[in-house]
Amino acid sequence: MAPAVAGNAIAAAVAAAGAVVAWRVRRSAYRRERAAAIVRRAPLATAVVALYAAVALLGSIAWTDPVAPGTVARPRSLIDRCFPADFGERSYSAPLAAAEFYGGAPLAHPGSHLLGTDILGRDVLQLALGGARVALLIGGVTSALAIPLALLFGVTAGYYGRRVDDLVFFVLSTLASMPSLLLLVALVMVLGRGTFQVCIALAVTSWVDFCRLARGETLKLRELDYVQAARALGVSDFRILWRHVLPNLSHLVVITLVLTFSRLVLSEAILSWLGVGIDGSWGQMIDQARDELARDPIIGWNLGAASVALFGLILAVNRVGDAVRDVLDPRTAREHA
Amino acid sequence: MTAPLLAVEGLVTTFPIGRARVPVVDRVDLAVGAGEVVALVGESGCGKSMTALSITQLVPKPGRIDAGRMRLAGRELRGLPVRALRAVRGGEIAMIFQEPATSLNPVQTVGAQVAEAIRLHERVGASAARARALDLFESVGIPDPAARLAAYPHELSGGLKQRAMIAIALAARPKLLLADEPTTGLDVTIQAQILELLRSLVQDAGTAILLITHDLGVVNELADRVAVMYAGQIVEEGARAAVLGAPRHPYTNGLLRAMPSRARPGERLAEIPGAVPAPGRWAAGCRFSDRCPLVFDACRERDPARRALGGGAFARCHALEGAP
Repeated sequence: MAPAVAGNAIAAAVAAAGAVVAWRVRRSAYRRERAAAIVRRAPLATAVVALYAAVALLGSIAWTDPVAPGTVARPRSLIDRCFPADFGERSYSAPLAAAEFYGGAPLAHPGSHLLGTDILGRDVLQLALGGARVALLIGGVTSALAIPLALLFGVTAGYYGRRVDDLVFFVLSTLASMPSLLLLVALVMVLGRGTFQVCIALAVTSWVDFCRLARGETLKLRELDYVQAARALGVSDFRILWRHVLPNLSHLVVITLVLTFSRLVLSEAILSWLGVGIDGSWGQMIDQARDELARDPIIGWNLGAASVALFGLILAVNRVGDAVRDVLDPRTAREHA
Repeated sequence: MTAPLLAVEGLVTTFPIGRARVPVVDRVDLAVGAGEVVALVGESGCGKSMTALSITQLVPKPGRIDAGRMRLAGRELRGLPVRALRAVRGGEIAMIFQEPATSLNPVQTVGAQVAEAIRLHERVGASAARARALDLFESVGIPDPAARLAAYPHELSGGLKQRAMIAIALAARPKLLLADEPTTGLDVTIQAQILELLRSLVQDAGTAILLITHDLGVVNELADRVAVMYAGQIVEEGARAAVLGAPRHPYTNGLLRAMPSRARPGERLAEIPGAVPAPGRWAAGCRFSDRCPLVFDACRERDPARRALGGGAFARCHALEGAP
């Protein structure tokens, strides 16, 4: 029951956040125009990302049906409910096959597994759709952890300089001097496996770059006339950071968010491949399928489904990321206007 | 003069260059009376802006104020705790800057910035602050103030931005305005309008202005008294008519003779030979001795003292030794 409740809560929170963002975009002519420009620049990619988000949202809303005593009750998401409850086979079956891949025994649902089944007989399409939720969760939660962390340290280091800067830079250099994959695996080992543990580990290793960027930008902003003017007006340091520095970093935040998102999803795939990933992720599907490639005949459908799903999301997010950068970065916005 | 609004005595602000601390503002004495406009004039890098920043205790690191007293209406500013200083900045001494284009936060409406300035120093609600901002915009001559309050800085022209800056500076009704090259980034016609606005401020609200500029034309328009700075020191100070009409210090004389408006057509402009030396590379003795046309032995040996010339005028020059 617990994971279902957490999933529903996250889905509700994401939907609420999305509604707030949409409302804020609608309210301001400037934001409306920018959002339209992003969609105009990458219409297909935006649609694909929206589709993934919708699938992930549906995959997050889950509840447990009352079951007959003796069987284990498992929460089923809206995605799962699109498929019959007992949609499993005993082992591999090819897409739309009528018989098992090994042995040739007849299937329980002949001809209805669009992308075949995996070694445990689970429907690959169902798994691939469920993976969207995990992928977006990793990208979203990790970004939500890493970006505020990077902003906090980067902005204070850049603004106050001296000791604070030295300290933050020491931490940054220390983190940057360790092979990030090794650190990632070590962190997951220490924190234990689980979605949030993996997100925390990814956040610890991925805030460094943006922190550096935020620090550099703050160093520049600190010397700008309007920050000096605010100081001459008697504005406190905290208020200067909050009202004059942070808002002027916001375009960087949006750009970084979109660009790191895809990197994080890929990192999780690598973690799964190393055996420390998250259950139900595409990375895990790829990991479980890789031994099958050595067999003859090759079983490629579950690997293919996960890879295509992963590739589609990353490509679409990167295209949207490019569009966001083009539209929000003042240096490129003018060229395209 | 009875107790001026701002009295600066023996101000020394230093920056480290190599191992030594070099004074970029050296023993500056300056007084600004209530409702008076004092112009601080000099070439780039002579320490004008640093003097203004020293008064508000905003000298950028690693610079620091090493000596001197700065009293605002009798209260010593040096050594005030940060909280009290913040109340002085903007509340009693406001600054306007050279570049209106970059002195406003680009991601906030100007109205929000004026309101912020008002609410920093006064406990008023958001709607009251907005009403005050509207009044301020009107008083600095911004047409259609209600619409302009909702505008972002990039939607305003340079002149309007400078007017908005002045509105922000006036938000808390300061007694003293430090105007650092307020007209440098503007067109000549807009310059005249801004000067007119500053003049009316002095007359209507009695705000004193310390005007920092290298433009002697602006000085002539606005200032009551003039202080000429060279290499971190005030070399001559006095009433505007006296300093601009009958300069006593050879540096002031050189500056005035270099003004294009005073030259006859076809004639080559007079110039001061050499360039302003970098801080720490000043000539021994009098700092102007290596560029001065009147230089004699004493100039290279001793730094001239600040000498009263009568009528509230002062100068630092050995050539005035024994002068009345």
